[in-house]
Amino acid sequence: MPLIWIFASLLALGAVGYAMGRRRAVAVAGGDARRLHSLPNYYGLNVLLAVLVPSFGVLFAWMLMQPMLIEHSVAAGLPAVTAEHTLVMSDVRRLAEGLKTAIAQGAMSGDDMRALATGDGTIRAALAAVGVALGSEVEPVVLIAAQSYLAKTQTGDVLRTIVVITLAVAGFYWAMGQTNTAFRARNTVERAVLVMLMAAASIAILTTVGIVFSMLFETINFFGQYQIADFFFSTTWSPNFRGNSQLGILPLLWGTLYISIIALLVAVPIGLYAAIYLSEYAAAKTRAIAKPLIEVLAGIPTIVYGLFALVTVGPLLRDYFAQPMGWGESGSSVMTAGLVMGIMLIPFVSSLSDDIINAVPQTLRDGSFGLGATKSETIRQVVLPAALPGIVGAVLLAASRAIGETMIVVLGAGAAARMDLNPFEAMTTVTVKIVSQLTGDTDFAAPETLVAFALGLTLFAITLVLNVIALIIVRTYREHYE
Amino acid sequence: MSDTKPRAASLLVQNTRTRKRNAAETRFRIYGRLALGLGIVALILLLSSIIGDGASSFRQTFVTLDVELAEDRLDRSGTRDIDTIKKVTTFGYAPLIRNALAVEMAGQGIVIDGLSPKDAADIISKEATAKLRNFVIANPDLIGTTQSFRFLANGRIDGYYKGRVTLQTAVLDSNVSVEQLRLADALKAAGVLKVQFNRGFLTQPDASDQRPEAAGLGVAILGSLYMMIVVLCLALPIGVAASIYLEEFAPKNRWTDLIEVNISNLAAVPSIVFGILGLAIFINFAGLPQSAPIVGGLVLTLMTLPTIIIATRASLKSVPPSIRDAALGVGASKMQAVFHQVLPLAAPGILTGTIIGLAQALGETAPLLLIGMVAFVKEFPDAPPDGFFDPASALPVQIYNWTQRSDPAFVERASGAIIALLVVLIVMNTVAVILRRRFERRW
Repeated sequence: MPLIWIFASLLALGAVGYAMGRRRAVAVAGGDARRLHSLPNYYGLNVLLAVLVPSFGVLFAWMLMQPMLIEHSVAAGLPAVTAEHTLVMSDVRRLAEGLKTAIAQGAMSGDDMRALATGDGTIRAALAAVGVALGSEVEPVVLIAAQSYLAKTQTGDVLRTIVVITLAVAGFYWAMGQTNTAFRARNTVERAVLVMLMAAASIAILTTVGIVFSMLFETINFFGQYQIADFFFSTTWSPNFRGNSQLGILPLLWGTLYISIIALLVAVPIGLYAAIYLSEYAAAKTRAIAKPLIEVLAGIPTIVYGLFALVTVGPLLRDYFAQPMGWGESGSSVMTAGLVMGIMLIPFVSSLSDDIINAVPQTLRDGSFGLGATKSETIRQVVLPAALPGIVGAVLLAASRAIGETMIVVLGAGAAARMDLNPFEAMTTVTVKIVSQLTGDTDFAAPETLVAFALGLTLFAITLVLNVIALIIVRTYREHYE
Repeated sequence: MSDTKPRAASLLVQNTRTRKRNAAETRFRIYGRLALGLGIVALILLLSSIIGDGASSFRQTFVTLDVELAEDRLDRSGTRDIDTIKKVTTFGYAPLIRNALAVEMAGQGIVIDGLSPKDAADIISKEATAKLRNFVIANPDLIGTTQSFRFLANGRIDGYYKGRVTLQTAVLDSNVSVEQLRLADALKAAGVLKVQFNRGFLTQPDASDQRPEAAGLGVAILGSLYMMIVVLCLALPIGVAASIYLEEFAPKNRWTDLIEVNISNLAAVPSIVFGILGLAIFINFAGLPQSAPIVGGLVLTLMTLPTIIIATRASLKSVPPSIRDAALGVGASKMQAVFHQVLPLAAPGILTGTIIGLAQALGETAPLLLIGMVAFVKEFPDAPPDGFFDPASALPVQIYNWTQRSDPAFVERASGAIIALLVVLIVMNTVAVILRRRFERRW
């Protein structure tokens, strides 16, 4: 049964369950809802939950587990060709998909499929007729694997349908049987809802665990093939897909830091001064117009900044600064990426600082004015020192943003890994290399691909530390004045 | 009696120190204005550069020709058998267009020295033959008749009317000749060639490197829409449920603390890390297909959740405790108070947060690159739910894709796509602001 029908029938059964559970409750109470422990709706909801929760839970778990289990058992049947294992498996999967389409469209019966033989071109012809193109003639091993893959998938699908529907029906009868006047339906339903709410909240933790584990395993894999010391201390980055790559992270970290520093040098003064002006000087009217305008910058997707760097800022810097001064010939450079990233970070710094400056109690300002200080003296000597921890936190958050930013550097910074001081040279960053190692043809056994996970983990660790420090600073600061 | 004039300024004379302090004050204020001005100038520069580059992609050069669908070329057998007609490849249609253009030129009396008929036909997009073939296959009965078609002009010819190509650059360009540009000018004067609104830019799929004129956003828009549906269906319920738990029910303990720290940290994790997560878990581990909107949607859901949770918690917090107390006072359970009283009152804030989260997700690019959405996709995905598993592109990824191509016409396309993206984002944010203004209650 196709998935959509399972979904539909489960939902329909749930709806019927709700209506019947409700009616049953009213019936056992002899039509007088006051004799029930809970409102009749809760008896309906109880049936609804008993039908849907276990069946959907099993359905999703099944959908996740079945492909993996089948793949393992089919892969075990293949002869040991470990080097091209993933490629063979993808062939098997494609062929199985093709055969399935052919059967679904009626171009082939299940018996035809099992009787297929390789070598005479019939498979390609049969699949081409239903719009599935195969690259080359199928090898016998692959065909056998694909047939068993398909057979197991079909058995699995049938089993899945039976198990899920049985569970739903069982839940239905069980909950209906519970329904009587003394049954505390509301408490049961509310407890179930609370568990679901808790599960939803735990997804945040699951995500973090998923992030860490997804990178950790591959990183350990990577360090099995590549020296850990070379990765962290080598100053050469030259991946080579034929082997013998040098994968030192230092040039990438250097590029990342250099670009982030330039970005912060742009964003922090501009953002901070803009925030000070908006919160301390600007008239209400100016503030009403200027603040949203600055915040528009925050809503613009980073790809737009990337294109701006590539098409406008890069050539501009090259033609008017780098080339006349003899500093470089490249349109993509540390300066380009840094400047544009700085613009992106302005609203980030300014809105965070704005909040923080506004949180400084007015009494501090009044005290300073009372002693005869001018407005700027008050701001520099009283407000800013009081707000300093918060502003440091904001800058750290901005730094973490800059280090993790991808699209601007992919389009604006270049791809050459080098350690240089000239800001008009093209350099590259950790994020750029993650993208370039993981897009296109990837082989998840080669260190050149796996290195991306190690890079990702390093990036995650750096930003995590920055974020946590920043969050702690901001939080203690807030408590300080509340 | 002395006739001293009254002094215009105040009698007060500032001493040097005060003057210095006042100057510092003025300077400080100017720095503030300067910073604000710089920010706004950057915004204006950014937008004007993008709009300046991209606005022209919504207009395109078209050539209207009467093409004779000659029977001896398309269906020699005369049986109108669809399989026979399909045997004629797009190459077989090229002479039809060449003839049609020659007829048109003769009719208008256009003669260009040194331009072969083949070169003349090259001013029309290579996409034209495919268009013609699809038309014939759809309407085999019209073979033998003459039909009027509006073809796209070649990207270079289009660039000529948009200022990318000039007669000077054409001399150096192997893809276009001065004669071809002259022909285009003559055709334009005759009204055969026109620059018109380009609907195909929003509805057609992407086209190959060689045909920037035919590249459109259709697949990307559909893919982005699918992903947003997935994000909305998953992130909204999960986010609201999580917020209700954390704000209304969670006991103050280690677990809750851990969740809170996690959420604020997830909001600041680089987006590319979510891409690695998607690649490792959804594609390599769970075996979901690459480039599929479902995977993109799942990754973006995880990214959007913190935004939605933070917004939802803020709006739940703004509902005054007296509402809950009143509900509890008349005998509601805690769950009833939350779901029947608090949640409806917090709904506008939740909706606003969700829209802003969706807008963020819509513009996100980096994680989608890692889950294979950079692939060249020319086929439209099916209708949902099957379409969620078909390969598709997404708006921001399509923009990235176009920036990686060599033909400068793709920069125009990419900027045009950004305009489309920004329009959607502006609409979403405006709706969010209006919702907040209309329905937000101050207690």
